[in-house]
Amino acid sequence: MKLTKLLTSAAMALGLATSAFAADKTKVGFVFVGPVGDGGWTYEHNQGRLAVEEAFGDKVETVYVENVAEGPDSERVMTQMALEGADLIFTTSFGYMDPTINVAKKFPNVRFEHATGYKTAPNVSTYSARFYEGRAVQGTIAGHMTESNIVGYIGSFPIPEVVRGINSAYIHAKKVNPDVQFKIVWAFTWFDPAKEADAAKVLIEQGADVILQHTDSTAPQAAAQAAGNVITFGQASDMSEYGPTPRVSSIIDDWAPYYVARTQAVMDGSWESAMTWDGIGAGMVGIGEISDAVPADVKEAALAMKASLADGSYHAFTGPVNKQDGSAWLADGETADDGTLAGMNFFVEGIEGDIPQ
Amino acid sequence: MDLSAINPVLLIASLMVAATPILLAAIGELVVEKSGVLNLGVEGMMIIGAVSGFAIAVETGSPWLGFLASAAAGAVFSLLFVLLTQVAQANQVASGLALTLSGLGLSALLGQSYVGIRPPQMGKLDIPLLSDLPVVGPILFGHDPILYLGIALTAGVWALLKYSRAGLVLRAVGENHDAAHALGYKVVRIRILAIMFGGACAGLGGAYISLIRVPQWTEGMTAGVGWIALALVVFASWKPWRALLGGYLFGGVTVVQLNLQAAGVAIPVEYLAMSPYVITIVVLVILSADKSSAPAALGRNFHASR
Repeated sequence: MKLTKLLTSAAMALGLATSAFAADKTKVGFVFVGPVGDGGWTYEHNQGRLAVEEAFGDKVETVYVENVAEGPDSERVMTQMALEGADLIFTTSFGYMDPTINVAKKFPNVRFEHATGYKTAPNVSTYSARFYEGRAVQGTIAGHMTESNIVGYIGSFPIPEVVRGINSAYIHAKKVNPDVQFKIVWAFTWFDPAKEADAAKVLIEQGADVILQHTDSTAPQAAAQAAGNVITFGQASDMSEYGPTPRVSSIIDDWAPYYVARTQAVMDGSWESAMTWDGIGAGMVGIGEISDAVPADVKEAALAMKASLADGSYHAFTGPVNKQDGSAWLADGETADDGTLAGMNFFVEGIEGDIPQ
Repeated sequence: MDLSAINPVLLIASLMVAATPILLAAIGELVVEKSGVLNLGVEGMMIIGAVSGFAIAVETGSPWLGFLASAAAGAVFSLLFVLLTQVAQANQVASGLALTLSGLGLSALLGQSYVGIRPPQMGKLDIPLLSDLPVVGPILFGHDPILYLGIALTAGVWALLKYSRAGLVLRAVGENHDAAHALGYKVVRIRILAIMFGGACAGLGGAYISLIRVPQWTEGMTAGVGWIALALVVFASWKPWRALLGGYLFGGVTVVQLNLQAAGVAIPVEYLAMSPYVITIVVLVILSADKSSAPAALGRNFHASR
């Protein structure tokens, strides 16, 4: 009898302890598409995770799983995280969109945040950065800097996110250099250094002297460096170890403030489903230091572009812009609305090639 | 469409580079499988080779030492597989998978301080006159030494398996280990040597990616090349020259499809992207229509008492 009582009270104490423990700590989960050491996309998301840990210290516990394939396997990972008591889960790649929605249905009390997608639910928010604003700055530099007038672009997957970037870079390169031509290669991967390096080499062999990449590793930077006389831009992360050439500037994703704010919201109970889409102005998109390899006047033009995007006086998609088939899209002075941008599935006039469907 | 933008000489030269890691790993695995062992850990041994080759090359400043270290590391890492399958008699498929998984994890750990560093460059072979020849020069005489090592290994393995007594013994062990044992050959010892050779080759292949083809260290950078090498061995019917052909075909179609994309050829990109796999499989399946089949003892464990 005594033993039973002892056991019961022990179990109760344990139960109390666990629940008290759980109430104290907010558990935040992160699902990553690549390794945290990729030097690009996933690296920056992990920096955001570390910022959350630093901001809240003992009050928060973070867990992450890296190299999660987009598709059914990600659903398993998210389910596991939710079962283990995560309060908030960030799913950080476009391909996690439907899995996130599916898992969110099963766990109405867990909050989900999906990066770069467009589907929300009462417990699913989306967040993304207006990378295309950074692409406008890159396009400006690329248009000025290219001597062969061929700009190579390594695309990952033909999704609106990537198409927007290509369009924005092209429009602004064309603006300063009417003869510019874009060669686009679709790698169909976010992270495969060997393939990205091959793609960069092929583009360079075909005459490109500027390489823009929308894949996550630094391999194209290394390929450009080996080729010499080719410039590149850091993608997602600064990649400054490849400066001053070939890397002349970069787009830096800064997720830390957002992650900290959303974790705070969960702690306060003020979390609500939202669609966040911030750009250079809000600091979610950073432009890495423009290196000395860029002439002063070009650098000035790029910084002016950055400033006008930041204060909102200029929109990266301002008419007149036609679609690839020549039909009108934006009239003179008209700017693109977010709905069209979010689902962008067409090239603008002047870009050659089709978007794989 | 602008096919003139594709330079066939550069194309062939770069397809040879793209094919070399696959070829190196496939040749090693071919020897392993010829001895009757199925080691699915190629990917793991490659990435271990990639990271240790990179680390040693950076620390010593010599890519040669890097490659040497990568081969040694691949061979040492394969000893884990030896321990599991040859000593503890564990299942080969499971042990191979374990090798891949632990290799990926271990390499990520080892490589943490090497992200974003540039390795020392290995000079290209530069033979006066020959390397300057117009078309032949860049294709045949303008590569790094390891690429030639890959071809030499293929020839060496082919000659060894076909003409030498050692090759005969290796094949005997792979076809019927009980008979080989009865004849007095040390089955386990021969298999251990074969596995270590396979590990060394895979390590070299991995280092080729991290030191020459990319060249940098990133976690998980082999990205499935080891699995392609494994499949290649099967489709090549365990024949070295066919493995070379398959490797070059795969590397070739990979590079060609990127070239076609960049040149704006109007073939849907999805077909281009899958073409390396499809074409390699089709060609090798057609080639393997002859009677050659897998080593009879492939994947079966041997213990002298049974």
